[in-house]
Amino acid sequence: MSTAHLDNFTDEMEHDDHDHHEQSFISKYIFSQDHKVIAKQFLISGIIWAIIGGLLSVIFRLQLGFPDMDMAWLRPLLGQWINIDAATGLGKLDTEFYLALVTMHGTIMVFFVLTAGLSGTFSNFLIPLQIGARDMASGFMNMLSYWFFFASSMIMFASFFISTGPASGSWVIYPPLSALPQSMSGAGLGMTLWLVAMALFIVSTLLGGINYIATIINLRTDGMSFTKLPLTIWAFFLTAIIGLLSFPVLLSAALLLILDRSFGTSFYLSEIYIGGEALPNMGGSPILFQHLFWFLGHPEVYIVLLPSLGITSEIISTNSRKPIFGYKAMIGSMMAIAILSFVVWAHHMFVSGMNPFAGSIFMLLTLIIAVPSAIKAFNYITTLWKGNIIFTPAMMFSIGLVSFFISGGVTGIFLGNAALDIQLHDTYFVTAHFHLVMGSAAFFGMIAGVYHWFPKMFGRMMDRKLGYIHFWTSFIGIYLIFFPMHYIGIAGFPRRYYSFTNFDAFSTFTDLNAFISVAAIATFVAQLIFVFNFFYSIFKGKRATQNPWDSTTLEWTTPIEPGHGNWPGPIPKVYRWPYDYSKPGAKEDFIMQTVPYAQTPESNLPHEQELAGLEGKDDNAIKVD
Amino acid sequence: MSATSTTLAASDWTGGKSPFNVSYGKLMMWLFLLSDAFTFSGFLIAYGLVRFSADSWPVPEEVFNAMPFMHGVNAPLIFVGIMTFILILSSVTMVMAVDAGHRMDKKGVAKWMGWTIIGGAVFLGCQAWEWTHFIIGTGGGGASLTWNEYGPASFAAFFFFITGFHGTHVLSGVVINYLVYYNTIRGVYEKRGHYDMVEKVGLYWHFIDLVWVFVFTFFYLV
Repeated sequence: MSTAHLDNFTDEMEHDDHDHHEQSFISKYIFSQDHKVIAKQFLISGIIWAIIGGLLSVIFRLQLGFPDMDMAWLRPLLGQWINIDAATGLGKLDTEFYLALVTMHGTIMVFFVLTAGLSGTFSNFLIPLQIGARDMASGFMNMLSYWFFFASSMIMFASFFISTGPASGSWVIYPPLSALPQSMSGAGLGMTLWLVAMALFIVSTLLGGINYIATIINLRTDGMSFTKLPLTIWAFFLTAIIGLLSFPVLLSAALLLILDRSFGTSFYLSEIYIGGEALPNMGGSPILFQHLFWFLGHPEVYIVLLPSLGITSEIISTNSRKPIFGYKAMIGSMMAIAILSFVVWAHHMFVSGMNPFAGSIFMLLTLIIAVPSAIKAFNYITTLWKGNIIFTPAMMFSIGLVSFFISGGVTGIFLGNAALDIQLHDTYFVTAHFHLVMGSAAFFGMIAGVYHWFPKMFGRMMDRKLGYIHFWTSFIGIYLIFFPMHYIGIAGFPRRYYSFTNFDAFSTFTDLNAFISVAAIATFVAQLIFVFNFFYSIFKGKRATQNPWDSTTLEWTTPIEPGHGNWPGPIPKVYRWPYDYSKPGAKEDFIMQTVPYAQTPESNLPHEQELAGLEGKDDNAIKVD
Repeated sequence: MSATSTTLAASDWTGGKSPFNVSYGKLMMWLFLLSDAFTFSGFLIAYGLVRFSADSWPVPEEVFNAMPFMHGVNAPLIFVGIMTFILILSSVTMVMAVDAGHRMDKKGVAKWMGWTIIGGAVFLGCQAWEWTHFIIGTGGGGASLTWNEYGPASFAAFFFFITGFHGTHVLSGVVINYLVYYNTIRGVYEKRGHYDMVEKVGLYWHFIDLVWVFVFTFFYLV
């Protein structure tokens, strides 16, 4: 029947026609092209990376909180990285390895957990299910995306086991520290492996991102206009666009750095003396690297955060049993954030000697981001306001995200100020700020998403009680870690320092540092509750029902455990937006997106009643597939 | 029935079809090119920044003034002009190939793809000569990534890196063009019913051409 323009679309669906043949174990679970399996691969890889990244932070928190501690007991794990003092017999953490620990903690958490683990999991899982598609536009590229990530992971992981240790120039890898192998032990092979791993990671991100965008534009089901998309999809869409435009610039920066390191060029190097001897490099600029890096680096913050904000919108609306407040304002503010994220990068470089006038421009643009961010925060709160709130673990984590987003966002206004930043730059104040607003908030969004969509992923429920314990320990723990850090930062503690015991001024904060370390260790241990709950529930969790949260979106119209192709029959049509919760007059407190207005005369608004009349004529329209 | 889809589906964006009326593959190619454009922009901006902070910079007309088989003749930018012309010509032949694809003219596609491949290969050959000449130099020691006889070391480093990165794109383009040419000859696209693949590699090829225009401008003209 279809009109001419549908033919092209039908062509694209051809690759989905192989639903019913038997698949071997390898093509089903390992080199799978099914978006749901790839999503789970990303999720489990992300969880493993999160444990490694968290463990690294525990080790350096031990050093910071208890500088006099005997760490000899860590030798079985860290080997040569614990130096045994010949005189006292005490074990001390190697100073250069301390730098490697903070570097790898940052790299792993930002890229491997909160970019690949978050976007990789939920974009892959939810995009086809929520827009009504059989799979991603290109399942093969999607598979490649995961395996590039896997290769990248393996190389990054391998760098822990080389004698000079992993990269240690911090996750921002500023040259000349990162460009000169003789600068520190981690700038040798470890740095090379870091760059190779990141180059592969960028390829993986681009393969994934191109796929997400193309799928959302081309494969939405009939009726699913952009203004009927769940906010999760909007968030993934904008995230993918940001990644598409910013990661290639990191690739440029990394390639030039590779040439500086391995082929003797001077793109980032000039007038450097090592041990009193001048290096031949002339004409480059380390500031150039900072510009290129932060052109990715700042958008990256939103690559990490936006998916979590989208997930939170969905969960808060569902569990408040209310439409999301300001749906279009939410989309508008995410777009504004996405655009602004590209024009604020130099606020990371206020103290790099930039022109104060340029600084004031970047300060202005930075502070403008507070507007869309505040709109989002208020919209979350107004959605909760007078809602029939159901405190599922996912809901708790979503509300936790809103809390972190606000308390961490407020300090962003301090830091965005070019004058204040002179005092606060590179102190623990910055660490506290971004760990709350981007680290913990994005992490909570990811965890919320896991609790919420676990039934769809594995057909079983996660344990609620363990979820509540996990939430309260994490929520309180995170505030206990990062709230005191603000004070330490204002007092002037610089980031990335191995030890503060040499400075009398800082000795008053020794107790506070020990307190933070205890809180950090407790919070890390609490995450193991989640890990247990996750893996236990995969096999032994309670069986899920088809729509356990009484949600409206398309993924809950699939079978409890959707097979290859997602819907056994035709793909459902969409008639309404995804937030028809507690609609006055409606029989139930939610109406699925697939219910035509013609079937709900009791709850239709006048303009919807008009649409209901039009739907009738459309009944003989046959689905594309 | 198409009438009903216009009542509810008032625009192209209401789902059930591609809003731009393109296949996902072509859409992905556009997205890839967009991101690749940012990679090149990163390099060119780095080049600009280093160049304008340098005290002196070689004059391109004096550096690139040689022609093959014409030793000692001063021909500023003539050879690179020819190279550029060849690459642009290969974009024209690519347009012809895409056009032949629209007409389902298998022989035409094969012919014009063949010329495009030859154009790309000749460009690469020219670049190899240009690099060789630049490396050997004119008696002052030539050029390498770390040193050159013409001025600041960054001049040659950026030249090698950016034209090399572009050349890698051309090389991959020639390889992909060859695969498409081979599939055309084997009748794969004829069987498939459309020459979409030719259009996709066409987009890539035009992009490479466009990037060269910028590289040419920044390294040879400005």
